[in-house]
Amino acid sequence: MQSVVVLFVMSLLVFVGVYAIGNPIDILINPQADQIDRERAIAALGLDKPLWEQYLVFLKGALTGDLGRSFVHATPALGLILTRMPATMELAIAAMLIAVVLGIPLGLWAGLKPNGVAGRTIMAGSILGFSLPTFWVGLMLIMVFSVMLGWLPSNGRGPTMLLFGLVPVSFLSWEGLSHLVLPATNLALFKLALLIRLTRAGTRESLLQDYVKFARAKGLSNARVIGVHVLRNIMIPIVTVIGLEFGSVIAFAIVTESVFAWPGMGKLLIDSINLLDRPVIVAYLLVIVTLFIVINLVVDVLYSALDPRVRLAEAKG
Amino acid sequence: MAAPVLTVEGLRTHFFTKAGVVKAVDDVSFAVGRGEVLGLVGESGSGKSMTGYSLMGLVDPPGRIVAGRLVLDGIDLRALSAEELRQMRGNRMAMIFQDPMMTLNPVLRIDVQMIEAILAHDRVSRASARARAREALVKVGIPSPDERLDAYPHQFSGGMRQRVAIAIALLNSPDLIIADEPTTALDVTIQGQILYEMQKLTRETGAALIWITHDLSVIAGLADRVCVMYAGRIVEEGGCEDVLGRPAHPYTQGLLDSVPANNERGQRLRQIPGMTPSLLELPEGCPFRERCGYATAACDASPGMRAAGGPGQQVRCFHPLITLF
Amino acid sequence: MSTVVPAVPEPAARAAQSPFARIASDFVANPVAVFGLVLLALIVAAAVFAPLISPQNPYDLAQLDVMDSKLPPGSKSPNGGTFWLGTDDQGRDMLSAIFYGLRISLMVGAASTVLALLVGLTMGLTAAYLGGRIETLIMRIVDIQLSFPAILIALILIAVLGQGTGKVIAALVTIQWAYYARTVRSAALVEKRKEYMEAARCLALSPARIVFRHLLPNCLPPMIVVATVQVAAAIALEATLSFLGLGLPITEPSLGLLIANGYQYLLSGKYWISFFPGVALLATIVSINLVADQLRDVLNPRLSR
Repeated sequence: MQSVVVLFVMSLLVFVGVYAIGNPIDILINPQADQIDRERAIAALGLDKPLWEQYLVFLKGALTGDLGRSFVHATPALGLILTRMPATMELAIAAMLIAVVLGIPLGLWAGLKPNGVAGRTIMAGSILGFSLPTFWVGLMLIMVFSVMLGWLPSNGRGPTMLLFGLVPVSFLSWEGLSHLVLPATNLALFKLALLIRLTRAGTRESLLQDYVKFARAKGLSNARVIGVHVLRNIMIPIVTVIGLEFGSVIAFAIVTESVFAWPGMGKLLIDSINLLDRPVIVAYLLVIVTLFIVINLVVDVLYSALDPRVRLAEAKG
Repeated sequence: MAAPVLTVEGLRTHFFTKAGVVKAVDDVSFAVGRGEVLGLVGESGSGKSMTGYSLMGLVDPPGRIVAGRLVLDGIDLRALSAEELRQMRGNRMAMIFQDPMMTLNPVLRIDVQMIEAILAHDRVSRASARARAREALVKVGIPSPDERLDAYPHQFSGGMRQRVAIAIALLNSPDLIIADEPTTALDVTIQGQILYEMQKLTRETGAALIWITHDLSVIAGLADRVCVMYAGRIVEEGGCEDVLGRPAHPYTQGLLDSVPANNERGQRLRQIPGMTPSLLELPEGCPFRERCGYATAACDASPGMRAAGGPGQQVRCFHPLITLF
Repeated sequence: MSTVVPAVPEPAARAAQSPFARIASDFVANPVAVFGLVLLALIVAAAVFAPLISPQNPYDLAQLDVMDSKLPPGSKSPNGGTFWLGTDDQGRDMLSAIFYGLRISLMVGAASTVLALLVGLTMGLTAAYLGGRIETLIMRIVDIQLSFPAILIALILIAVLGQGTGKVIAALVTIQWAYYARTVRSAALVEKRKEYMEAARCLALSPARIVFRHLLPNCLPPMIVVATVQVAAAIALEATLSFLGLGLPITEPSLGLLIANGYQYLLSGKYWISFFPGVALLATIVSINLVADQLRDVLNPRLSR
């Protein structure tokens, strides 16, 4: 219920904000066009109506899945966003996978041997990961791997293939995969640093618990003590954070997509802001807010699936 | 006493901290026979729990065993590789911890935590492991064990959890059980039940039991023999009735005096003056001399164990309250 | 018979120091933090004295020569100097451009932090002191805002407000006040429950006096830590916005804009136009974070007592 209210308030704020600024006509219409052409264009775009009427039209449309038409592309804004969404999702999922696959083992290692050389190096690296601005790291990745070494392409998605005959993705071909590597790594770095710190802190705390000592007293192997007893406990906060951070990965994809010319919805947003393509901006924001709300719901479900204490408390209540 | 199940000789477990070496366990020797209950008594920080961890090979860095022989059923525990020692843990020797709220993993079901303890040592099917787990729950008096196996730890009361922990310790019929204050965190009524249960089970299985506690009243009804620890050393040992009835060490006497039931009504509760010394760079000499009413200049040297009182009763003191006649 | 003296350090020696001296001496104990502080001081000095120490004024067109454009680091300039870090596409000395860019980046970061601090402090103290509906409202806004990534909110605001230095600062303030408000409120709530607050109320002191003389000083240590971290975050965010072409105008090139400027030449191997401003940005953020890390340890009363 609260999420619906948030969505509604956001739509109003964003709509009023976005439509209150600038005049897209100045950008969209040929300066040499005469007055009649101008008025015809304004009427066609609905910009002659008062703001509240524009919002009502927008809201009515929004409820039927119509978020207006792009001024620039003259196609439905929502459709435009949705065609760009697979690219962003692929990038975000790839980044999250990199962060999880590297971050949890590294964090575990640093947590098990906090005073070793490796543990200290991992931690120092994660501090750097927090400090490095994403866009600059992206440039440096291009500089090293595309320009100097010439190993990987620096922009675009490469050829895409249809996954399940529906969704165009890059990762199914080597060529596409090579395009994905640099942007996904770039986007992963910040979350990688976060996951390392989180896993390390969780591991260190968990190792001090009696249940770990008791598990060892049962004669379990180290692999089972760490892999089952420690990991199952730290997975609860980690899964929660991974879920919540997924939204922020999608948001940060805006920057990475701009650096690597990745044709996702983040790049579309930046282009639209520059061109004052209001319906697309509004549609993007509403899609993002909806995504965030969905992510929060999914995380709640996952959390209760992982933690028996929450699960059973809810079942009773 | 028949051939002992466990012999400990000259065990020293030290912690190498930045501030210096902490001698948590310093030259401890004792033995436990089959079916025998040994009470290991002392204040917190006296090294009694660390003695238990040393036996189990569960001393965490910066601590480690620096000297001593630990022999369980003829097997020299210190000569074992890490893997061989792991196979001993939970199989030939088991340990139960103080706080049942903390010892069971909160996110794993009881059956998982019991079955894994069986599968770590025996190549049996999951189904037969589960059957054994169920049996163990019945043995420790848990009603409707089938439902309980599918439950999570937080669905149990503290006493029930401790029963589960005991059931886990018994799963592989160990020769030695080390119980580290397993009733301290429980209500008094539950405490009595658990004590009774443990006593019965060790009698039935013939396992040796080391009961670590600071509570002399628990020991009195349970143990066959008692070792009193102070500052990492055993200061007195002997038969339960001898040590508790006619203590030879001033510290044991002090402990007995501090038990409320031994004080007279209306009088001030007696206590041992001062506090336990820091184990960091403990100076030469009897560690109790600072708090001892009988201390003399002689106590600046370290006393050895000497016979006192009853049969097998020994004391580490220059001025024992009871001597051999 | 004597009791054993527990090994607690003598508190008298520490109590004799002023709190500031204690914090200073604790701070210096960590060499990494001192390195961060020195680096930060050098960066701030470079920014403040940019007009004095820069080899050229990078925005005086008369001093620029297109013939000098895109020279690699170490090239000789026509008037006998050296372009230590090379030149950009307009023949601008990169070292000078970085000094001037630092100036702008730090100024935006500092200005937005100070403003956000004031707004956040006011809101946080109001929420904590008044409680009730107002507190619920303020904290609900804070919660909702903090559940969205800063970059997203910044982009929305820039899309709404338009571009320009003042608008970037406004966007940064709008994002950051929530962090301060949350920190202040939780610190103030802890203080509010303590006995001396009860005493202050019993003495019928005015609310303003209670808030400013009693609540505020106790909220300061956590605020200082949050503010340090947020300065770094603000600088990074401004750089990101400028890089995306949505931040500061071209007439006020911050580090982010310098980096964006060199982006197109990166592919042809002219790395220095982007690389060195990036290093300056990184050094700034890392040095601030190092200082913040140590401040957190030093100012945390749980650790120091």
